[in-house]
Amino acid sequence: MQNNVNITDFRQDFAIIANWVKFGSKVLDLGCGDGQLLQFLRSSLEIKGYGVEKDDANLLACIQNGTNVIQMDLEDGLSGFEDQSFDTVVLSQTLQAMHNTEKIVLEMLRVGQEIIVTFPNFGYWRNRWQITAGRMPVSKTLPYQWYDTPNVHLCTIHDFDAFCHNHQIEIIERKVITDGKEVSFMPNMLGNLAMYRLKAR
Amino acid sequence: MSENNSVGIVAPETAHFNVPLKLKSGQVLSQYDLVYETYGTLNADKSNAVLICHALSGNHHVAGKYSEDDRYPGWWDNLIGPGKPLDTNKFFVIGLNNLGGCHGSSGPSSMNPETGKQWGSLFPILTVEDWVNSQARLLDHLGITQLAAVIGGSLGGMQALQWSIAYADRVRHALIIASAPNLTAQNMAFNEVARQAIITDPEFHNGDYYEHGVVPRRGLRIARMLGHITYLSDDVMGEKFGRKIKDTIKYSFDVEFEMESYLRYQGDKFAGSFDANTYLRMTRALDYYDPALAFDGDLSKALSQTKAEFLVLSFTSDWRFSPARSREIVKALLDNESTVSYAEVTAAHGHDAFLMPDAHYHAILRSYLSNIQTDNNQIGSNHAE
Repeated sequence: MQNNVNITDFRQDFAIIANWVKFGSKVLDLGCGDGQLLQFLRSSLEIKGYGVEKDDANLLACIQNGTNVIQMDLEDGLSGFEDQSFDTVVLSQTLQAMHNTEKIVLEMLRVGQEIIVTFPNFGYWRNRWQITAGRMPVSKTLPYQWYDTPNVHLCTIHDFDAFCHNHQIEIIERKVITDGKEVSFMPNMLGNLAMYRLKAR
Repeated sequence: MSENNSVGIVAPETAHFNVPLKLKSGQVLSQYDLVYETYGTLNADKSNAVLICHALSGNHHVAGKYSEDDRYPGWWDNLIGPGKPLDTNKFFVIGLNNLGGCHGSSGPSSMNPETGKQWGSLFPILTVEDWVNSQARLLDHLGITQLAAVIGGSLGGMQALQWSIAYADRVRHALIIASAPNLTAQNMAFNEVARQAIITDPEFHNGDYYEHGVVPRRGLRIARMLGHITYLSDDVMGEKFGRKIKDTIKYSFDVEFEMESYLRYQGDKFAGSFDANTYLRMTRALDYYDPALAFDGDLSKALSQTKAEFLVLSFTSDWRFSPARSREIVKALLDNESTVSYAEVTAAHGHDAFLMPDAHYHAILRSYLSNIQTDNNQIGSNHAE
């Protein structure tokens, strides 16, 4: 049982997600890891939450801490979930590692009334700088070498804006953060983590 | 697992019931016995009871040994004991032999009080629903209002599911392992072949073989051999036996390959210890179970009244009760916004995996069970005491 959870104990992106989730609502967290986000939302907003996770160790961690978790591979879609059966579906920093990127976003929109997608902004100036210097970017948010990275579909904020436009997805809100602080000036250049609150148009 | 976390020497007990049990078939069992074993201690408010439901060939002897030199412990001994995943320091565990069985509970081979002869063909065909009703009476007998958990694999998982449906207020957690919400046509087809092997054995005598002093061994043996093929995965059979030859090829129909030797051994062992009439009835209970049937095939509706929290588990190589079937249960529970977790355990051993002490599988069960509270009743709307 988590009591008196202090928002500052958690990541800034969690705090923003919490602002986009309604009290007592039903949340599906895709790629939920050890269930941290769901636990945070449960203790702060009394949500009814379910996580989806592929990894055995993460699944076990969820069961240990009492998070509802469904073991399945997101690449296969969300076939076990009914249309519009969740208030919010979250995909936190997993989009870039998906092969079926387009499919999962459309599946999220099918299952959730609103969806939250977050991803590392490839347009961040440090990434651009490393490319200009002739190397693939390696950073805190992209900690992998080119040969061992799970990230196969990296994109910039402009790319994702265009994706939403082309797929009739309404951007309800967008926040961009760097080192835990919000960035409003030149976000595609200065923002490290992009966070989108979306719904089908 | 070492010997020192065994539940130790155990002994079965028998409960006799005089209140007639109305069966789904319309028949009535006017009186019957249920044989059971318990491990651990029932706590003061009787909130730590866990019921183990057995599968096709299981029984009440789930853990421990009958004597110091007993070679084999109970069938799920790797799970149950002090410090084991189902910890008997915390839980009071109940195993029983289902009605129609052949290990002490009333069944085809026990005495029919109305005729003074063995029941044989006259013993009714019971369903999963009937079993669960009889299990509820055993709990009444033990003074237990509500189970902390009901656990079952395969056919046992169907009973755990049925508990959550039929006695929603009496189950806090249901653990449904390597199971299905009903059998597929292919799965029922295996059962039919098994039954035909028994029924067409010349020594079956329409189920009344006891009075002829014979048993349909050959049929039961073939039924069991078939079963064993379906409980293993192709990979495990390949790994265990492959095309290994027993001695030298003799160009005969004797045992030539290791796999044949294994199947014959398993078949013989089973045919010498299990009752064919029980086998017929157990497979029928599997075939008939279909809680969605009364709801136009809508499993979500069938599970809409459940109140338990669920852990559903399947094994990747299990093709007799495939992960897809477990996911159907999970989907229906999600539709009802039930509290549910689902694990798809990577395992090579096919359907048999649910009885194996795989480290990850047992870690999941250990974690889930350790989170179950036993000091108060969480749903407790049926607190009759």
